[in-house]
Amino acid sequence: MIKIDEIKRAVLVSIWFMFLTFPIMVIRVNPVEHIVEWRWKNMVLVGIGSFLLSFVWNYLMKRKELGFKKVEAGEEENVVPLTRRILGEKRIYIPALVIFGIFTISFPFIFSMYQTTIMVTALIYVMLGLGLNIVVGLAGLLDLGYVAFYAVGAYAYALLNYHFGLSFWVALPIGGALGAIFGILLGFPVLRLRGDYLAIVTLGFGEIIRIILENWNEFSFGPSGIANIPRPPLFGIDLSVHGSTTYIYYIMIALCVFTIFVVNRLQDSRVGRAWIALREDEIACQAMGIDKARTKLTAFSLGATWAGMAGVVFAAKTTFVNPASFTIWESIIILCIVVLGGMGSIIGVIAGALVLILTPEYLRAFSEYRMLAFGTLLVVMMVFRPGGIIPNVRRTYKFKGVKNADKS
Amino acid sequence: MESVLKVQNLGMNFGGLRALDDLDLDVCRNEIVALIGPNGAGKTTFFNCITGIYPPTDGDVFIFARGMDKPDRINGVKPNKVTEKGLARTFQNIRLFPNMTVLENVMIGRHCRMHAGVLGAILRGRSTIREEKKAVEDSYAILEKIGLAQFVDEFAKNLPYGAQRRLEIARAMATEPFLLLLDEPAAGMNPYETRELDELIKQIRDEEGISILLIEHDMKLVMSLSDRIFVVDYGKKIAQGTPEEIRNNPVVIKAYLGEEIDA
Repeated sequence: MIKIDEIKRAVLVSIWFMFLTFPIMVIRVNPVEHIVEWRWKNMVLVGIGSFLLSFVWNYLMKRKELGFKKVEAGEEENVVPLTRRILGEKRIYIPALVIFGIFTISFPFIFSMYQTTIMVTALIYVMLGLGLNIVVGLAGLLDLGYVAFYAVGAYAYALLNYHFGLSFWVALPIGGALGAIFGILLGFPVLRLRGDYLAIVTLGFGEIIRIILENWNEFSFGPSGIANIPRPPLFGIDLSVHGSTTYIYYIMIALCVFTIFVVNRLQDSRVGRAWIALREDEIACQAMGIDKARTKLTAFSLGATWAGMAGVVFAAKTTFVNPASFTIWESIIILCIVVLGGMGSIIGVIAGALVLILTPEYLRAFSEYRMLAFGTLLVVMMVFRPGGIIPNVRRTYKFKGVKNADKS
Repeated sequence: MESVLKVQNLGMNFGGLRALDDLDLDVCRNEIVALIGPNGAGKTTFFNCITGIYPPTDGDVFIFARGMDKPDRINGVKPNKVTEKGLARTFQNIRLFPNMTVLENVMIGRHCRMHAGVLGAILRGRSTIREEKKAVEDSYAILEKIGLAQFVDEFAKNLPYGAQRRLEIARAMATEPFLLLLDEPAAGMNPYETRELDELIKQIRDEEGISILLIEHDMKLVMSLSDRIFVVDYGKKIAQGTPEEIRNNPVVIKAYLGEEIDA
């Protein structure tokens, strides 16, 4: 079974890893006693570990190639991937949905406030991911400055509340609308751009917004940010911290459900098809009578709306905003959510957001290695599941009689 | 005969290069016209100028839509507007939407004849549902006509080559054109597929009443299909006429085969 050259390769890999990790894993300078510690045991561990991992890697790679061959040979044509089978089976997914629903509703009562807070953060990212999914996943416009719209929403609530005392519920639609307006503002200059060029311009846009917020002291109070933003009121009752966390949790659940509902309808509509066509082939899409400019602008503005609303919730949740929350890193995390979850797939993006936001939280126990594990997860996922955790499934249409007859 | 397309003195410059020079062409109703010429003669540039992908440098392009007596000048109109006016095209190198199903590809063609906007999509009112349902049915009907109904839920990229070419035609038909521009529809097809295409194009003309302008290198197909042929070389028109006239035209033979060198 195991060939000699496979072992040879694994040995080489382990030697290479021992060499690579030598400076960090083996040598330790002890500044108190002025000596250098040599931890040879670590080197042995790294060697054995990478030796075994390289076998696992090889095995997975082989399995993946075998799968490709089978699909090419038409052997696996009727084998639908497990995730799709589960989603397609009514008997499974309806009870699953009910259990999941009960779980989400009772979540704040089962778990501690700490868990609920983390969940709220994750849900904010679900919403951001679903919004960016419109721009990147459906319309295929690589947007690296998405966090700008998030910032617009957060500052909209913070400033409107500070100056005019507007409440959360008034600010929420305003934040969404401002997001949409900024989406169009960004959209106009980039109408002619695509791919890498578009990514650079959007990156610049994101940074411009952050730098304005950081430096325009009279407007946004600079790096010190705005504090004491009120949490969302519940019929005028001031809730305790615990109560309002629970309340924000439910608000976020409602907003996520709303987002899912809207995005789902959009992607199966005339507008959604135009986005996908734009992603697939810009020239053909125009030649088929789709207004390119308009389609791009709707994608940018509808994507940005969700970021604006998520920003308002974020400001209300943390009661404090400053420009440090809206760095390029956030944009990249949101983009990772979309790509890792599965471009264009709603349930994939939700899974992606939960995995990417919750994993680092729960890996705090291994705090030193958590970013390492996070990075490894990204690499492994993209190698073995380039389509994302739950890839998008195109809708198929049913025809009465006609199709069933000639398909079977 | 009444024209559907009239092109006069069309010229196109790319920097210093004159890709099209003083080109005249017209297509009449229910006519199949072929545009031939050696590689690089400017045939595809001509298509791109007409469909609005490039704005022509000079000259006029007029179309005469069904039931319209007045000519409509479409120089420099955006491609999507040109399609809305009733000109649909296919591409030389297939440009389908590879990750959409066959049916969705055709439904994209229906796009410009539908109206639902963002709000309509979200609220999904009765008119949106009706429109959507009709689009699915119409698209399916077109697929049946073109003979692609068995692939309806297949991804476009998984289709055999000949079927992809036919799907491009189906998608163009979905925009309800009165003039169909086919850019090398038979490229890469085997003789059997070419024969099928021949029948399909005739059927589109006869049953749908759509005029056709095609670029093609397969002379057998061109000769059997076309009512008239235009020949271009170096961006200039060098001949026009019926297949019979073109076949015996010395200028055309020279452009294709080169001149005989007298020893």
